Amino acid sequence: MNHGRPPARRRRPTLPLHVIAWIVGAFILVPIVYALLGGFKSNSQLSGNPFGLPDPWVTSNYTDVLGSGSFWRQVWNSTFIAVATTVVMVGLSALAAFVFARFAFRGREALFTLFTAGLMFPFAVAILPIFVLLRTFGLLDDPLGVILTQAAFGLPLTIIILRGFFRSIPGEVEEAAIIDGCSPFGFFWRILLPMARPAMATVSVLAVVGSWNNFMLPLVVFSDETSWTLPLGIQQFQGQYAADTARILAYLILAMLPALGFYAIAERHLVGGLTAGATKG
Amino acid sequence: MTTLTRGPEAVTLPAPAPAGRGRGRAVTIALFLLPALVLFLLLVVAPILVAGYASAFKWNGFGGLPTDFVGLDNFTRLFSSDIFATDLAHLAVLVLFSVVIQLPFSLAVAMLLNQRIRGRAVYRLVFFAPYVLSEVITGVLFSLILAPDGGMANQFLSVFGLESEFLADPDTVMPALFLVMTWKYFGFHMMIYLAGRQGIPNELIEAAQIDGATPWETFRHVTLPLLGPTIRISVFLSVIYTIQLFDLVWILTGGGPSHSSETMAVTMMEFGFKRSQVGYANAISVVMFVLSLVFALVYQRAVMRRDLEGATTSMGGRR
Repeated sequence: MNHGRPPARRRRPTLPLHVIAWIVGAFILVPIVYALLGGFKSNSQLSGNPFGLPDPWVTSNYTDVLGSGSFWRQVWNSTFIAVATTVVMVGLSALAAFVFARFAFRGREALFTLFTAGLMFPFAVAILPIFVLLRTFGLLDDPLGVILTQAAFGLPLTIIILRGFFRSIPGEVEEAAIIDGCSPFGFFWRILLPMARPAMATVSVLAVVGSWNNFMLPLVVFSDETSWTLPLGIQQFQGQYAADTARILAYLILAMLPALGFYAIAERHLVGGLTAGATKG
Repeated sequence: MTTLTRGPEAVTLPAPAPAGRGRGRAVTIALFLLPALVLFLLLVVAPILVAGYASAFKWNGFGGLPTDFVGLDNFTRLFSSDIFATDLAHLAVLVLFSVVIQLPFSLAVAMLLNQRIRGRAVYRLVFFAPYVLSEVITGVLFSLILAPDGGMANQFLSVFGLESEFLADPDTVMPALFLVMTWKYFGFHMMIYLAGRQGIPNELIEAAQIDGATPWETFRHVTLPLLGPTIRISVFLSVIYTIQLFDLVWILTGGGPSHSSETMAVTMMEFGFKRSQVGYANAISVVMFVLSLVFALVYQRAVMRRDLEGATTSMGGRR
């Protein structure tokens, strides 16, 4: 991304621009700040004093959630599934993208087209047969059922992005490696992958976020509470504590934190990957 | 893609294959490709085919493949169903809202953040943040805020005597749903527009300004046309997403009150999982798929034809 700067010109007053930006920012932030502060209120405060600061600050909503085993189990389940999905998806995609990028063989374009056509398959279309398939394999209530399915649906975009990156690495690098006695796998593992680190990071970040936020698939695959991910836990928590708004708000805030923290760290890769995926994928 | 790839000549291996490598090469290709291919065929291609196949059967989802063949009955039933008609109407409404309100809003904010204003990196970070939150978090948060009794929105609006039932009223549920969608997704489109804007050479903008164009004229006659491909892609993504819309609706309203916010994916899940009419539900997924596909093909042929070749989907082997 080249950073085109607006041309130098007479400085116009930027205050109106800031005012607009603040209004938009308020639109985004008010719900989140409301939830953050609401989590520190009692329910009677929440109805009597919805917009002010908590008085007194009630911490029990947050500490109750943090002290509950189910919250941490859901965090763990979400984390495990996200990491495993990413490893499977990126690993298999990298191998396939390597072949698509650096080998010429009959049927290559047909196979690649098959994968790219996968971009056109909305996940929702296949959810019922996937459910039946996973039930047949005994993968319901098994993290593997979600991991493999998520990985499979992530393959097309990941392969497209990685293939593009692998192709951009000059053939001379590969020739030199082969002359030095590298096997194809050695070249892939020791040279190509390290060179492709930025692209790998981008697709990994996309995979983590996609898995972390996935709702539809875990919803149909997991019925047993011990396998629930955070989105399922939140939905269930809302049903269970329907009258206890303050506690739900605390739960929401705590569930947001990992995603927002990850966003703060990986913002560049996430935004770069999404815009590249949108405009080039 | 097009900018990164170097054309076919970069692909054919120039290195002479060492003796005996022909077979080894085939083995390498197979070993590298098969894991991804097997997973893809098993969990993406096969389920899609099964969905198409099962849509011609009356099936409760049990006992292997379906056997009670009913031909096109599921589809005729679907096309004469009132719920499906409202699903389509909701799709049309949401697409219209998105194209007329959400995307221009995103574009305006993107142009704003393209100005040299202090703290624009922070604004950008904040505006995009909701996109990172899951649909469930977003949905639950707004179901509390928009609750008719004691929700924050009504507590605020009651000052002006403007309370609304929001998600609980068939007349207001669609605008309320759209508001939540805008909260969550406008940052994504804003980022696409920002990336697109940065791809426009500043010389063109400067030239227009030197020729005396006002900021609006510069935007209208230089920036906007050059952003054409970006805008067309963002409309495309928005429509494809709306066709499959599920999570937010499921959490916010469950499709209610009385189907007034239902989408095709919600109807499908209702029939597939709650009523065990899997064959009928599969007919809905087939319609969703065909709708996405037809839209994609028509849109690419008619609207995005002149843009980046092979953008978004490389259908038909075009690169």
